Amino acid sequence: MPLPMTPLAVTAYTATSAMGSGLAAQLDALERARSGLRPNDISSAPLACWIGRVDGVEDTALPAALAAWDCRNNRLAWLGLNQDGFLDRVGAARARYGAARVALLLGTSTASIGATEEAYRRLDPDGGMPDDMLRPAIHAPHSLAGFAAAALDLEGPCLTVSTACSSSAKVFASAERMLRLGLVDAAVVGGVDTLCDSVLFGFNALELVSPEPCRPFDAARNGISIGEAAGFALLERIEAAPDAPRLLGYGEASDAHHMSTPHPDGLGAELALRDALARAGLDAAQVDYINLHGTASLKNDAVEAALVSRTFPATTRASSTKGYTGHTLGAAGIVEATIALQAIEHGLVPGNLGGDTPDPICGAHFAWRNEHRRVDVALSNSFGFGGNNACLAFARAGSAA
Amino acid sequence: MTALSVHVEGVGLWSPPLADFAALRNLLAGSTPEPAPARPSAAMLPPNERRRAPESVLLAIEVAGQALAMSGRDAAALACVFASSHGDQAITDYMCATLAHSPMELSPTRFHNSVHNAAVGYWTIATGCHAPSTAVCAQRESFGAGLLEAASQVLAEQRPVLLVCSDTASRGPLDEVTACRLPFGCALVLAPQAGATTLARLDLGLQPRAALDAPLPEPLAGWREGNPSAVSLPLLALLAAGRGGHCRLATTATLELHIDMEPVA
Repeated sequence: MPLPMTPLAVTAYTATSAMGSGLAAQLDALERARSGLRPNDISSAPLACWIGRVDGVEDTALPAALAAWDCRNNRLAWLGLNQDGFLDRVGAARARYGAARVALLLGTSTASIGATEEAYRRLDPDGGMPDDMLRPAIHAPHSLAGFAAAALDLEGPCLTVSTACSSSAKVFASAERMLRLGLVDAAVVGGVDTLCDSVLFGFNALELVSPEPCRPFDAARNGISIGEAAGFALLERIEAAPDAPRLLGYGEASDAHHMSTPHPDGLGAELALRDALARAGLDAAQVDYINLHGTASLKNDAVEAALVSRTFPATTRASSTKGYTGHTLGAAGIVEATIALQAIEHGLVPGNLGGDTPDPICGAHFAWRNEHRRVDVALSNSFGFGGNNACLAFARAGSAA
Repeated sequence: MTALSVHVEGVGLWSPPLADFAALRNLLAGSTPEPAPARPSAAMLPPNERRRAPESVLLAIEVAGQALAMSGRDAAALACVFASSHGDQAITDYMCATLAHSPMELSPTRFHNSVHNAAVGYWTIATGCHAPSTAVCAQRESFGAGLLEAASQVLAEQRPVLLVCSDTASRGPLDEVTACRLPFGCALVLAPQAGATTLARLDLGLQPRAALDAPLPEPLAGWREGNPSAVSLPLLALLAAGRGGHCRLATTATLELHIDMEPVA
């Protein structure tokens, strides 16, 4: 087990999803238990399902100097970066530490593959990509981080983590290591994924997509709803912001079981959770809230509910927020990290939207409706294809933890 | 700038002209190595998986297995950083072409193999590895950025790490924008301390990127243009030469790693 780590300050954060653009919209949707899901109106061919689509992405224009990066994923990234004063906070960190001392570590599952799909739909008669799509940088999975580095004018270490649905949780771990080793003084972390044919028809082919709005942990759940989102956070050492909420720990582990099915006993998920608790120096009983991965797939939810039951006392509250956003894939880690941070900031345990007939496997931990209570310590679980598991631990500054 | 010191315990390499690290040594020593077999053998995969696995997975697992064997480590306990600039381009080409014409016919298996972490997923399954594993990219700087990520895991976590960097040849219309003409993969097993199987110590420091990349020894000139993972060759050539030396590897458009290599007998 790892030794406890020195916590980091989360000095700024933001999220944009089907719940709305920015933290105020997200909090409002959570407070009102308002789902952002809608019938699918985005795939290039009909597919009967519900999606978590972000309003306004199409109308978002990139700055002229960044036009070569234009695609839906980078428009969503730009929309997300412009919320909650995040650009200014990064600018201040750049001024304070120097552009080369701020890392940029972003997670994505499919980056701008939607642009490559579009190029293939519009191939020239000779079989080549149309001229306007001959932009190599948007046809690579580093497109998002490359765009963000240019948009934020950062010159530090820059990496894309692409481990499917755990991607934008794992970037917190990479950032902490770089800060601990003194390679950088701050890190922008986060992730963006956008709705595209690859994920809609891909998850449909795996028979994992529900024809209805997803119902995490419901006894009659029948699959996921796919969403899109952008989220970012700025991490600095605590001395820079003693009152900011903190990243207390993280855990990462592999299932070594199957490419698209979780380990039946949640082995990797439990190892990641134990790793996070150890790094955070926490007992399970000190955790007030867990934002669960809770995709509404049959297997994920069964495995995760069992893990919660065997690990935590019922004073630890648990819920999935996929019913609000859909499963935002590579962006799920950062979006749900921001929900965990809002739970701490606003004393809100969001209800598990969509779980109207709770699966009997769920213990008394589950918050089926919103609960207003003090939250000092909150975890966020993120699990991905390939058996890739991550868990993040956040806490209020100065809390007993 | 802080120097990161890590120890190399194993090296894997596969490209059609070079079946392994020994072949690179031979090439640099002036002989003409036997070309590699048509497909990487990827012996670490169970036979049924090997038959079905996509090319990108075979390539990554081949070089990972070579480096692991040289290190003598237990794969089950080895953290993994798998880098690739483009992932599996044959699958991307298949998916984009299928989605353009008949999206409901998309293969579920090819979809789950399309994730960037497919290769590391298959590796952890094949080796029973529950350690942290990640899949990363950074355009043409995926090897340098992956090496920085791997070295920071080695030092921050004080544990050995398997680094793989591989890219297949491009396929279909993608070729116009990725221009990968030759499959190329390499792997390193890195450890925090020197041990019985240590080949060399690397001292890494981050510096502003110079205008020009360092030249490669003559038989390798031009390889980097044909595959982004081949940007690793300055370090591989240094390790193959077995004498102490220095090289530079870009990690971003603006930063590069300065690497001092010291052989360990």
